[in-house]
Amino acid sequence: MAHTEHTPVVRALYLDDDVVLDAVKDLRGKGIKVKEVYSPFPIHGLDKAMGLKETRIAMAAFMYGLIGLSVAILITSYMMNIDWPQNIGGKPSMTWGKNMPAFVPIIFELTVFFAAHLMVWTFLIINKLYPGAAPQNPDPRTTDHHFMIEVAAGDGVVDALKATGAIEIAEA
Amino acid sequence: MHYESNVREPLILGDKSYKDITVDVARPVETAAPRAWWIVFSISLVMFLWGVGCILYTIGTGIGVWGLNKTVGWAWDITNFVWWVGIGHAGTLISAVLLLFRQKWRMAINRSAEAMTIFSVIQAGLFPLIHMGRIWMGYWVFPFPNQYGSLWVNFNSPLLWDVFAISTYLTVSTVFWYTGLIPDFAMIRDRAINPVQKHIYRILSFGWGGKAKAWQRFEEVSLVLAGLATPLVLSVHTIVSMDFATSVIPGWHTTIFPPYFVAGAIFSGFAMVQTLLLIVRKIFKMEDYITIQHIEMMNIVIMVTGSIVGVAYITELFIAWYSGVEYEQYAFLNRATGPYWWAYWSMMTCNVFSPQFMWFKKLRTNLVFTFLISIIVNIGMWFERFVIIVTSLHRDYLPSSWSMFSPTFVDIGIFIGTIGFFFVLFLLYARSFPVIAQAELKTILKSSGESQKKHHDPHGAH
Repeated sequence: MAHTEHTPVVRALYLDDDVVLDAVKDLRGKGIKVKEVYSPFPIHGLDKAMGLKETRIAMAAFMYGLIGLSVAILITSYMMNIDWPQNIGGKPSMTWGKNMPAFVPIIFELTVFFAAHLMVWTFLIINKLYPGAAPQNPDPRTTDHHFMIEVAAGDGVVDALKATGAIEIAEA
Repeated sequence: MHYESNVREPLILGDKSYKDITVDVARPVETAAPRAWWIVFSISLVMFLWGVGCILYTIGTGIGVWGLNKTVGWAWDITNFVWWVGIGHAGTLISAVLLLFRQKWRMAINRSAEAMTIFSVIQAGLFPLIHMGRIWMGYWVFPFPNQYGSLWVNFNSPLLWDVFAISTYLTVSTVFWYTGLIPDFAMIRDRAINPVQKHIYRILSFGWGGKAKAWQRFEEVSLVLAGLATPLVLSVHTIVSMDFATSVIPGWHTTIFPPYFVAGAIFSGFAMVQTLLLIVRKIFKMEDYITIQHIEMMNIVIMVTGSIVGVAYITELFIAWYSGVEYEQYAFLNRATGPYWWAYWSMMTCNVFSPQFMWFKKLRTNLVFTFLISIIVNIGMWFERFVIIVTSLHRDYLPSSWSMFSPTFVDIGIFIGTIGFFFVLFLLYARSFPVIAQAELKTILKSSGESQKKHHDPHGAH
């Protein structure tokens, strides 16, 4: 990947998720900054061990849900009560408040629709995922059964990685 | 951290490593299709093409080619619609509701169950579209500005609620499914040797690299999507049932419909998952992942929901009598003893009686028996929708309007066509997509793998 050429990194491969978790804790204890970990599946507790902040994507989804809710209220009131009020089956729709119970299904569906889709779009954008993007993992084995820790190059880094049980270490 | 009580049976059988899971899941994609796949695919394709012919004939000539008459204005089309939507519900139930309940056994089956959801909702969506007659006017169901006023859609109508429910359900299920697929596509991409295959999976995998932050967000997104999909799936069949429940037809306007439809949907959906997975595990040799335990769990769900449906049937009868409404009483008496008695009793036998065999462990762990029951349940659930729709309509308020419904070859052809279309989609999926959520499955290997459970070495050998 392009940006890695500017800041030299050392990449270490591991065969076990528990070893990786211990390695991350060990390296951070020694003051070595773990830049990235590539794994074939989510490792429980890795984000805390790496010191990653909690994701706020659930909060984003809640906001998107509120947008959906507002859109639903807006279109039902505009279309049914303002632009073209109708008397359907002897039940006139004069005010939105009295008409609202009939709109609950629509309001619910649009809330879910907005929350789910906009959240997934956000997820794809912030992770830079799009059709045809170049694979983000430097080593294809990390989607299979290998795990990779990426740290900034420096003195003693290679030895520290070896001590954590890395099976392969490469500088890039 | 990876400990799980030995009382729990392993979810992954045999001596598997992370590598073995990768190889086993990628195998159907990387190897040639077995002969059985080609046979089933060819039959499905012929059925599908026959259905396409019948649909084109309907669109070209008009829905007069169906067996509908002025009394029975809804018949096979809406029966098939409700049947297919219902089947879809099990996929979301497995992937969303079981995720919220932290049921780990869902991991081996959720991918295929969600695929089934999407493919069956596609079949369902076809029927209202064709029934419009002028399918090219289909977009009128959405509220968009036009030169008639603007003339808007009617948000008070359950049929419009259906439009919003089904389209939300289809699209949200699809993104839920696809989000889960991204890491697995990346796995196939990184293994691919054939350049064409590598290129296709590179496009499909969106560049996924399994970074720590991406996984953290991935898990949060899965959880929130599950939280959204759970009320969504319940709302969808609730709204489908309101197509009937908010009308004034005796036999339709009952308040029990929403929970009764949802239970029936889960019931029929799990039966379809059984049918499909019993074939998949056999053809693609997935017996170590989709174990007898998985089959048994699903059979228990079938038994419970089948019994709920049974209670609903009996409650309907009781309420019809208890209501004191003559029309209501006649509608239900007529269902059980009128000219469509055979449909009613087929429904009762298939849906209420047949799942009771699952009380016996010997039977619910027997694959042949499970397969048989899964087919019977699906037939029964089709009859349930037929009974609700046609028997409620065929005896109108005026005896002079009483009539019967008999399907034409076009009605039958379109139904067969959707079954073919469904299997065509599912079989193509099974050959080109990872049929098991392997990334998720790897997270439980250490706690629930058979050999890992035996050895119980936290830093286990590989």
